[in-house]
Amino acid sequence: MKAKGKVFRYGSNVDTDVIIPARYLNTSDPSELAQHCMEDIDADFVKLVKAGDIIVADKNFGCGSSREHAPLSIKTAGISCVIAADFARIFYRNAINIGLPILECPEAAADIEAGDTVEVDFNTGLIINVSKNKTYQGQAFPEFMQKLIAAGGLVNFINEQ
Amino acid sequence: MGMTMTQKILASHAGLSEVKPGDLIMADLDLVLGNDITAPVAIDVFDKIKAAAVFDKHKVALVPDHFAPNKDIKAAEQCKKMRMFAGEHEITNYFEIGQMGVEHALLPEKGLVVAGNLVIGADSHTCTYGALGAFSTGVGSTDMAAGMATGKAWFKVPAALKFVLTGKMNQYVSGKDVILHIIGMIGVDGALYKSMEFVGAGIANLTMDDRFTIANMAIEAGAKNGIFPVDDRTIDYIESHSQKEYTVYAADEDAEYEQVIEIDLSTVKPTVAFPHLPENTRTTDEITEPVYIDQVVIGSCTNGRLSDFSKAAKIFKGHQVAKGVRTLIIPATQKIYLQCMELGYFKTFVEAGAIISAPTCGPCLGGHMGILAAGERCVATTNRNFVGRMGHVDSEVYLANPEVAAASAILGRIADPTEL
Repeated sequence: MKAKGKVFRYGSNVDTDVIIPARYLNTSDPSELAQHCMEDIDADFVKLVKAGDIIVADKNFGCGSSREHAPLSIKTAGISCVIAADFARIFYRNAINIGLPILECPEAAADIEAGDTVEVDFNTGLIINVSKNKTYQGQAFPEFMQKLIAAGGLVNFINEQ
Repeated sequence: MGMTMTQKILASHAGLSEVKPGDLIMADLDLVLGNDITAPVAIDVFDKIKAAAVFDKHKVALVPDHFAPNKDIKAAEQCKKMRMFAGEHEITNYFEIGQMGVEHALLPEKGLVVAGNLVIGADSHTCTYGALGAFSTGVGSTDMAAGMATGKAWFKVPAALKFVLTGKMNQYVSGKDVILHIIGMIGVDGALYKSMEFVGAGIANLTMDDRFTIANMAIEAGAKNGIFPVDDRTIDYIESHSQKEYTVYAADEDAEYEQVIEIDLSTVKPTVAFPHLPENTRTTDEITEPVYIDQVVIGSCTNGRLSDFSKAAKIFKGHQVAKGVRTLIIPATQKIYLQCMELGYFKTFVEAGAIISAPTCGPCLGGHMGILAAGERCVATTNRNFVGRMGHVDSEVYLANPEVAAASAILGRIADPTEL
C-alpha cells in the first residue's frame, strides 16, 4: 500500500482541539467534521487540501482529547497519511483503528517542507521526498498493527475472528 | 524482572504471570466508559460489528456530560442516541440529568471503579481512576465499541516513570499545583506512551481529591496512565463508596523505571499554566506583569470536587468578584452540588457575585456555559489551555488551582491568595 501527495506542514503538539474544535463535536457525521478539519491552526487547509495529500508534523501530533473525530476528519478531508516525529498515544490508536495510515519518522519530520511531494510505502515504512530527491526510513507498523490494518481496522478484525 | 503496578494489573487482566514494556496483550475490561460526544461514534461502530451484544450490561457506563444539559438540537440528538442505546441494551450505569455528573468525578463517587480494576473510557481523562490504584486509560470510540462488544481491549505494555513524592504541601497548594509543576518539568510529551507511577511518603499527605486531580492530568504529560499506591485513605474511600471487590497491587521492589524523579511537596508553589500548553507553567510569584482576566471557571473533572469548592468558598468569603469578571462555579456531580448547598458554599459564591451551574463539562472544552470571545482571558481550574479550547481561537485559558482561581476572580487579574 502506498500514498503520494503534497505536504501540509505543522509544528509540535498539534492538539485535537485545533484538528477539530469541540464546537463542531455536536455531530459525528464525518463529512461535516471534515469541513472544519485543522480550522483553528490553518484556516486555509480545507480550501487547499486534495485527495491523497499528506500531513507532516513534529513531535506529539494529536495530543489532548480522545476524540476519534480528529483522525476521522483528517481521513475524510482526503489526507492519505500523517508523518510525525511521534504521535500522542490515543491519536495513534485511533488512527490505526479507523484506518488512517500514520508513520513515525523524526528524520522526515525534520526535513520535509510544506508543498513537497512525498511518497510513502506503508509496508516498508520508506518515505520518498520526490521534490528533494531524498529518502527517509520511517518505523514500519508492528506485526499486530499490520494485521489490524490489513483487516481494514479494528471492526473488521473483530468480525473476522 | 520485577513489574510496576501498572504492569501487574495489565498482566493479571491478560491472564499472564508476567509482562514487560512493549508486549502487545489482549486484556479483560472491568468497565467501559463513554460520553455524549464519544459514545454516538462508538454506537455507529458497534452497529457494524456482526451480532454485536454488550458483553456485560453492568460494565458499561454512559454519561451525558459534555454538551448536556443539551446545548443545542444537534447535541440533543447525540444525547438521545446514547439514551436509546442505553435503553435498548439495558445498560444499568446510564446517568440521566438529575443523576448525571462529570464522568470522572461521578464514576468513583458511584463506586464503579475500585483498586485493581482495568478501565477504558472514550475520554482522555479516564486516567483519573489511577488515584484509586486502578489502571485506567483513555481510548477512542472504536476501542470503546470493541470493548462494549467483546469486554476486551489490546494494549502495548508501557514503560514507567517513577515520581517519588516527599514532604507536605504548603497552604494554597494542592494536587493541581503538583501536577502542573510536574508537567512544567517534563513537558506535554514527557511521559508519552508511559505510565506515571507516584510513590513515596508524601502521598500520605495527599487527600483523595488531590490524587484524583494529579492522576487526571497524567494525560497532559502524554502518559498512558497515572497511578497511586493503595493506602488506608484509598481503602476508606473505596469501602465508603463501593460494594465491589477490590484487589491491591503493589510494584515489585525491582520494578524497572526509565526515570526516577523526586519531588518535595513542600517546595511546590501555586502554579499557573499560561496559554497555550499545560507545560507553560509559572509559579504565581514569577508573574510580574498583571494578567487581567474576563472570566473564571471553577469546576471540571480536574477540580470540581467538594474540597475544591470548600477551598474556593474560604477565599470568596467576605469578598466580591471584581467588576467585569464573569465567575462560574460548576460542581462536578449532583452529590457535590448538594453538599456545597448544605455547607453554605453556594451562599458565599452567590453573595460574592459568582453564578452556579448544573454539573457539566461545558466550558472546559468550549462546549457551552461560558464560551470566550476573541481576546478574552479565563483563569480555569480545568485541564487544557490549547488554542481555542474554551471558545474563540484568539481567547486564552490559564490553568490554576481553585484558590488561585478564586483570588483571581476577586482581584480581576491572576493572583495569589496571599494578595487578599
